[in-house]
Amino acid sequence: MLQQFLDSLIADGTLGGMPRDVAYLIGMLGAGALVVFGFVLNISGVTTFVERRVWARIQSRIGPNRVGPQGILQWLADGIKLLMKEEAIPFAADSALFKLAPFVVTVGFITAFVAVPFSSALVIADLNLGILYITSMTSLVVVGIMIAGWASNNKWSLIGGIRAAAQIVSYEIPAALSIFTVILITGTLSMQGIIQQQGWGPWDWFIFHSPFTFVGFFITFVSLLAEGNRTPFDLPEAESELVAGFVTEYSGARYLFFFLVEWGNLYVISAILVTLFLGGWQVPMIPGLAESPFWLNLTQAVTFIVKSYAGVITMMWIRATLPRVRVDQLMSTCWKYLLPIAFVNFMGTALWVLIWPEGFRFAELALTLLGFSMVVYFFYRVVFHLRRSGAELTFSPLS
Amino acid sequence: MSPYVFFPLAATIIAFALGVVLNRHPIRSALCLAVTLFLLAVVFVFLDAHLVAALQIIVYAGAILVLFLFVIMLLNLEADVPLKRRRNMTLAASTVGVIFAAATLRPLFFGAGELPGIGLEAPVDAAFGSAEAIGHRLFTHFVLPFEITSVLLLVAVLGAVVLAKKRMG
Repeated sequence: MLQQFLDSLIADGTLGGMPRDVAYLIGMLGAGALVVFGFVLNISGVTTFVERRVWARIQSRIGPNRVGPQGILQWLADGIKLLMKEEAIPFAADSALFKLAPFVVTVGFITAFVAVPFSSALVIADLNLGILYITSMTSLVVVGIMIAGWASNNKWSLIGGIRAAAQIVSYEIPAALSIFTVILITGTLSMQGIIQQQGWGPWDWFIFHSPFTFVGFFITFVSLLAEGNRTPFDLPEAESELVAGFVTEYSGARYLFFFLVEWGNLYVISAILVTLFLGGWQVPMIPGLAESPFWLNLTQAVTFIVKSYAGVITMMWIRATLPRVRVDQLMSTCWKYLLPIAFVNFMGTALWVLIWPEGFRFAELALTLLGFSMVVYFFYRVVFHLRRSGAELTFSPLS
Repeated sequence: MSPYVFFPLAATIIAFALGVVLNRHPIRSALCLAVTLFLLAVVFVFLDAHLVAALQIIVYAGAILVLFLFVIMLLNLEADVPLKRRRNMTLAASTVGVIFAAATLRPLFFGAGELPGIGLEAPVDAAFGSAEAIGHRLFTHFVLPFEITSVLLLVAVLGAVVLAKKRMG
């Protein structure tokens, strides 16, 4: 789309004989800046605010509610505060690498947004290699974290950086294997192509495609949580043992960048899961909607963002409730449990696709029913425990 | 690939490649290697070999480099400890280096007068370099080398396990 627009500008002569590649480069930089400032920064910021409010609710507190209505501008205040703070660089640190590290991390995270599809038309680039591209770009984050840990010249930072590397490299394998189960079904790596083969109803989503993808969804979720250094896998920055891990020595704007990535990553993780397993932007074909591209894309984008935000809130909920695992538990979970299960899933899906290339309707419906009954049973248990404990519920989310 | 892109890119790659060899500090060498490999992936992108570019980043910049950094950090090499120099090794390495450089540069002086690859503006086949095309070739024409490579990797993994077990006693 951008290329067509630039081609038309070149044809008009508006750009005055600028070489084609230079025009493309400037166009891409402009579009990139627009996306970063218009979407990525805001979504990371708002996520920090939502996370603090959600935690507060879970822990029976109120949470930030002073800046702006209901504290909605808290993230802006925090960001401005951190930008204005003095930046201290430790005397013993490797100054150049210390300064470089936050940018490597940020690049690895922001470039992943290029392939995230928000609706059938709203995507920066529908890359042929979509999901592979996202995996490759997010793997750059670990290099940045290692540089940060090493360049700080502080033992806590170094241990944090090394833990991050071990963890991310290990969990990349089950994550990739589970992602490939979906690729086996679709036969394409493009994010849009994967979504187009799903439907709007849960029975058409890939999570309920076969028992193997059902398990694969949970393996992907756990592995991506570990890759994003989220609780219960936040060992690289375990506050109780490592001060703050690889971010110990950082302050001011550079500190801000690490947290931007940490919270923005939640959205990327959810977006990957929603694309692969939860139907992406698919909406039911309401008559009249298909005629107007604007309303169609708006509905799709809202569907996608609501689904991904549900995932983000689930991850906040996990962080507020689960304790941190130990290093040996982390490694044995990955290599002894997730990896073998992921291999079985991979082979199983391959056979499933061979036997039922068009999907097996009965299994899809049965799994959907199973999924829904799990959710219903969960809420039944929550209500049961609340009743039994005799807790006094005061539902006032806006206090 | 347009010369506006190629020459700055090539110059940067060479600069970082020199950085890998000339840096006294192992971590900085490793990071220069990371940048070199990443920029090579950019070259692959411009040559329409998108899958190779993605794999280059995942395998080299993502996995192998992290392993390098991991080992260097665990050994915690000091910056001011000079690496031991061996005269024989230096001589052998530079001889081999000069021979290969001569072989690489030969087409520039005795060839068609222009670097191969520049001016490659002709549109290639749309399927070129796609995952489908590479997969198809890999599992039909190159299936034997592919399988032999996978057996080799399996043997390497088993070897690593055996070595690690022996150390544990």
